[in-house]
Amino acid sequence: MRVAIVGGGVAGILTANYLAMRLREEIRDKKAEILLISERDKLLYEPGLLYLIFNKLEEKDITKELKYLLDPSVKLIVDRAEKLDLENRKIKTKSNEFDYDYLVIATGSRIVPEEIPGLVQYGDWFYNLDGAKRLREKLSRFKEGKVVVSVMGIPHKCPVAPIEVTFLLHEFFKIHNVRDNIELVYTYPINRVFTLGNVSELVEKMFEERNIETRTFFNPVEVKEGKIITLEGEEESFDLLIAIPPHKGSQLIIDSGLSDDGWVPTDKFTLEVKGYDNVFALGDTTDLPVSKAGSVAHFQAEVLAENLSAEIKGLPPTARYFGKAVCFIETSFSEATYIWFDYETPPTFVKPNRFTHWMKIAYNRMFWLTARGVL
Amino acid sequence: MIVDARGSYCPGPLMELMKAIKKAPVGEIIEVLSSDASSAKDIPEWVKKAGHELVEVKEEKGYWRIVVRKVK
Repeated sequence: MRVAIVGGGVAGILTANYLAMRLREEIRDKKAEILLISERDKLLYEPGLLYLIFNKLEEKDITKELKYLLDPSVKLIVDRAEKLDLENRKIKTKSNEFDYDYLVIATGSRIVPEEIPGLVQYGDWFYNLDGAKRLREKLSRFKEGKVVVSVMGIPHKCPVAPIEVTFLLHEFFKIHNVRDNIELVYTYPINRVFTLGNVSELVEKMFEERNIETRTFFNPVEVKEGKIITLEGEEESFDLLIAIPPHKGSQLIIDSGLSDDGWVPTDKFTLEVKGYDNVFALGDTTDLPVSKAGSVAHFQAEVLAENLSAEIKGLPPTARYFGKAVCFIETSFSEATYIWFDYETPPTFVKPNRFTHWMKIAYNRMFWLTARGVL
Repeated sequence: MIVDARGSYCPGPLMELMKAIKKAPVGEIIEVLSSDASSAKDIPEWVKKAGHELVEVKEEKGYWRIVVRKVK
């Protein structure tokens, strides 16, 4: 039995490592094999980019080679998957072709700033390494003017990151004694500052206390020099635009005819790709109503590994994913809160506090244990 | 034009409508089908802000039909 996992992000790596632990004997006896196909040989811990822009973490802290993260029994293939043929159970890569018995699609999501005219030229972002490094330089020099943090599409990775970066910008400018010279504006596509109602209420109150302005129902369609133009017909000026660019699923999903936007139609409880009982999807690439976040990929990987290993061993696959997600929310450089929620349970909060912030800072280091399947 | 966003959760149907509005010519009628009740409130609110015309909001069996005309 061959399990092929396509995608070397958090979802793919965790699934591979959990499966390797559960199928130790089967792999040793050559009854099972786990392939991980990834176009990159390194994992970027993307939540670390939020800290990189304020120079709290460096590139070396948030990247590791896959070969040091994967269980030694997982076969790593560094190659670009170009087509998934679900009918014939084949994966075509740039330089090879692989058969599979079970396929796990973990191809993630990506930013597409080029879809908003002018954004690449006039905007900044921290949603990839290059963008974050550029922004680090600009922030260190920014002393006065108007900063706009603009969420330019839903869904996007790490739903709370735009809120966190806004809180941290406020404090960063305060520390540098320039906050009074800076207008800070946060924009969001719908009629509140976050998708979940009660998170929205809390954040709106905290923004107000910090003199952070908000614009809602704000959907940029074009960026010009120093100006955002919206679908609603409004304009907003800026000196520094920190965009959360629109996101799409992988081009591989679109090229394989699985969907038009790259989000894979997935069963919300079993993670089966609709129409196929031997194909599964998890992490950012699914079309599920859950956050595109590492914690979601983590909890889904636990469920998927339990079910897949059961099927391979001839046991009943009874695990179900119930939408569990956990997100830390940094509210300053010394305090944080967190939200925990699932399909049925709305999030609850703790008051922002130092201990939760320390947990987050510690988790930034401990993440590599999660990636290895230990934590 | 029909945007069938049934099965999608808030704010999915609204985001789908925005995508459709961007592509549609002025005067086009867009029907959004949504099984998420909050769409019946959020979509009309957005249509008003964006200056389009809300033609109809109707509850069908198990879903909402929200009809919008792009006016600019």
